[in-house]
Amino acid sequence: MWNWFHKLASPPHFYRIAALLEPWLLWPALGLLLLGSYGGLVLAPPDYLQGEGFRIIYVHVPSAFLSMFAYVLMAAASAIGLIWRMKLAYCVAAATAPIGAVFTFLALVTGAIWGQPMWGTWWAWDPRLTSELILFFLFLGYIFLREALRDRSQADRASAILAIVGVVNIPIIHYSVEWWTSIHQGPSIAKMDTPSISGDMLWPLLVMIGAYQLLFFAILLTGVRSQVLEREKNARWVNDLLVKGVTGESAG
Amino acid sequence: MMEFLAMDGYAKYVWGAFGISAILIVATVWLSKRNLAATRQRVLRRIQAMEGKQ
Repeated sequence: MWNWFHKLASPPHFYRIAALLEPWLLWPALGLLLLGSYGGLVLAPPDYLQGEGFRIIYVHVPSAFLSMFAYVLMAAASAIGLIWRMKLAYCVAAATAPIGAVFTFLALVTGAIWGQPMWGTWWAWDPRLTSELILFFLFLGYIFLREALRDRSQADRASAILAIVGVVNIPIIHYSVEWWTSIHQGPSIAKMDTPSISGDMLWPLLVMIGAYQLLFFAILLTGVRSQVLEREKNARWVNDLLVKGVTGESAG
Repeated sequence: MMEFLAMDGYAKYVWGAFGISAILIVATVWLSKRNLAATRQRVLRRIQAMEGKQ
């Protein structure tokens, strides 16, 4: 088991595995996106209270879920990088940040689009919305901090500390609707034993969440490969890989 | 069909949310692939330049 982990943490091995895995994640993700969208837009019945407008959850909830998942992954990879000085972990953290920022932005925008017809406002300084906005700024802060520091090891360490400190925001986002008075509705699917959403509406949502997760990992693998190449540009294996690619052999 | 597209008056919200999501997802996938291709080209040019010097 440890041998397998050690091998996976090796940049050339990871690069090749990532190149192989990526299409196996991307194409099923696109298929599930189509299936989930069809289920959510066509097959699911309208909500008794929110009518057809509730269908926004099929893009809002997966984005919001993914924004938190991406942050936890970024913080965990940063911690692994700091503790074990693993370059690949820093690559994963750095590649996660822009993807996390995009999906957090999507969660905020689709939430605002939902808020206008349901709450009568695009935005409110509500605990859930505000903590999600802070999450977006944490992703941006991580990206800008890395860009601002020229020394790579310094950028790795400083951004890792920011990511780890910022993880405190994740339980705040999740429990904000329970801890404080919020206009945002409570959890619908978090309590899987008794979900407060009917099965007809639930399955497309689960399909969309799965699709977004697969899509996230497909994009992440591409981003990590880019980070690995940049860091390992002086390594012999990169030379072999890219030069072979030029001469017609697959370079992944 | 028109009834489905109208979404009972919520069309601009529902289609707007799905449209923005689709655009951003496609753009993110495309940008990540373009970034990888650009990195590969940059590193390759560097290798070729170093080999040229030697």
